Amino acid sequence: MEKKVTKKEQIIQAALELFAYKGFYSTTIPDIASSLKMSVGNMYNYFKSKDILAKEIIKYISIYLGNELKKINEEQISTKEKTKKIVTMYFNIASSRPEMIDYFLRVYLSNREVFKDGCEGMACVSEFVTEIMIFFEEGVQKGELKEQDFFSAFGLFMGYLGGMVFLNGEKILPNELTYYIDDISNNIYNALKK
Amino acid sequence: MKNPNGENKKIKILWLSGISCYGNIHSFFNYPHMEVFLEDFEFIYHPVLDSTFSLKEIVNETKECNILLIDGAISDDFHRADVNIKDIINRYATSVNRIVTVGTCATFGGIFKYSDFQSPRGLHFCGDELQTDFLHLRNKTISISGCPIQPEVLVNTLYEIKNQTDIKLDTFLRPKEYYAYTVHNGCTRNEYFEYKVDGHKFGELEGCLFYDHGCQAPYTAGSCNKILWNEQNSKTRSGSPCFGCTEYTFPKMSLYDTKKNMGIPQNLPLGVPKRAYLTIAGVTKAFSIQRLEKKLIDD
Ligand code: SF4
Ligand code: SF4
Repeated sequence: MEKKVTKKEQIIQAALELFAYKGFYSTTIPDIASSLKMSVGNMYNYFKSKDILAKEIIKYISIYLGNELKKINEEQISTKEKTKKIVTMYFNIASSRPEMIDYFLRVYLSNREVFKDGCEGMACVSEFVTEIMIFFEEGVQKGELKEQDFFSAFGLFMGYLGGMVFLNGEKILPNELTYYIDDISNNIYNALKK
Repeated sequence: MKNPNGENKKIKILWLSGISCYGNIHSFFNYPHMEVFLEDFEFIYHPVLDSTFSLKEIVNETKECNILLIDGAISDDFHRADVNIKDIINRYATSVNRIVTVGTCATFGGIFKYSDFQSPRGLHFCGDELQTDFLHLRNKTISISGCPIQPEVLVNTLYEIKNQTDIKLDTFLRPKEYYAYTVHNGCTRNEYFEYKVDGHKFGELEGCLFYDHGCQAPYTAGSCNKILWNEQNSKTRSGSPCFGCTEYTFPKMSLYDTKKNMGIPQNLPLGVPKRAYLTIAGVTKAFSIQRLEKKLIDD
């Protein structure tokens, strides 16, 4: 049992990287199997199809990011400080495990047809979105953030972060991502604050 | 209770109104089996019904009585027939077997806790704050909160007192039998709540009134959806949000509004952690269940 879980994770990680860099449609199950030196038949013991694998990966990323966010949410610090910590965490992941954010931007958001059954709405990213909701809700409740529609705030926050990671990926940014942390967290906080 | 001849002896009740709008009295009149009730109980005084004694007699002498009903809020400067309400309560309190606070005003102060009377409050609570002046009566008291009271809850409780049933009470002295549920429990819209399908118009059959219309039922103790009003209906069944009238928080401001922070309800159903609620809500909201999205009865 134990072994199966780790094998599953290995497959997820290998597929994640291939999907993120080669694209979802250009990556085949045999590609993933061979990158792991596994037989294709054995691969299918773990994941019945490429679509199922794709959905498992987005859930895996959502849980991973959700956990990181939860730690920040649970700290007894101001919303302003939390904003900075979230930006820092996101950029750190974009630098240390770029395939995670890339997968989100380039596979999940760009191949909606793959996720339409089983990942409706927030179903596959709920851990992550829930934590963002809690971050906003608590900020408003503490009187630090202004009340507004959730999606306007969510779009502002995630769109900005995603945009920067995208620019970075395209090698357009003159500096390292971390260089922008202060400015970006201030911009986000100023836009959301009461 | 039987007298020595073996006949049913009527239980004597005094209905004492404090600062009240008489809504509980009107509600009580809707009890569907009043004749039967009046065969077993007798009002030594009632503000509206014909009763044995006049108010003057009641407040100046101590008449024999088994149960004291207090309806309406209490205040240090409120009088009935020129006698201070606290003195009347104290006079009867020692001789009666039970005291019942009828309605939310008598229990928590209700709407009158915002009135100009001197420190208006319920018998034992002002909101959720415990009051001390009648502390010695706590063991005798049962609270039937509600604005107004549900007549069957009052009458059933009176019968339980008559039958000397062991009545289990919650921290606000309300019988658990009726107040251990939330009003949400038994609402015909539960499926809409689960799948986050909101109602948009009052009075329609479809949709839940929690997210947009201020329904308080998920944190309101009461049996409104188990014991129907007039044996027919309840607020939420008919398409009106619950106001939470049985709670110490009543009346909340802006009754038809759900307080939200960035679109997330500030108060979640009793005992539901925010994180869990949001996760479930986010997932269920994604479902598109045609059955729940269309009209139940087509025109
Ligand atoms: S309308 Fe109110 S009582 Fe009914 S399901 Fe919705 S929240 Fe619960
Ligand atoms: S539905 Fe709510 S507001 Fe209406 S009577 Fe019941 S507890 Fe009170």
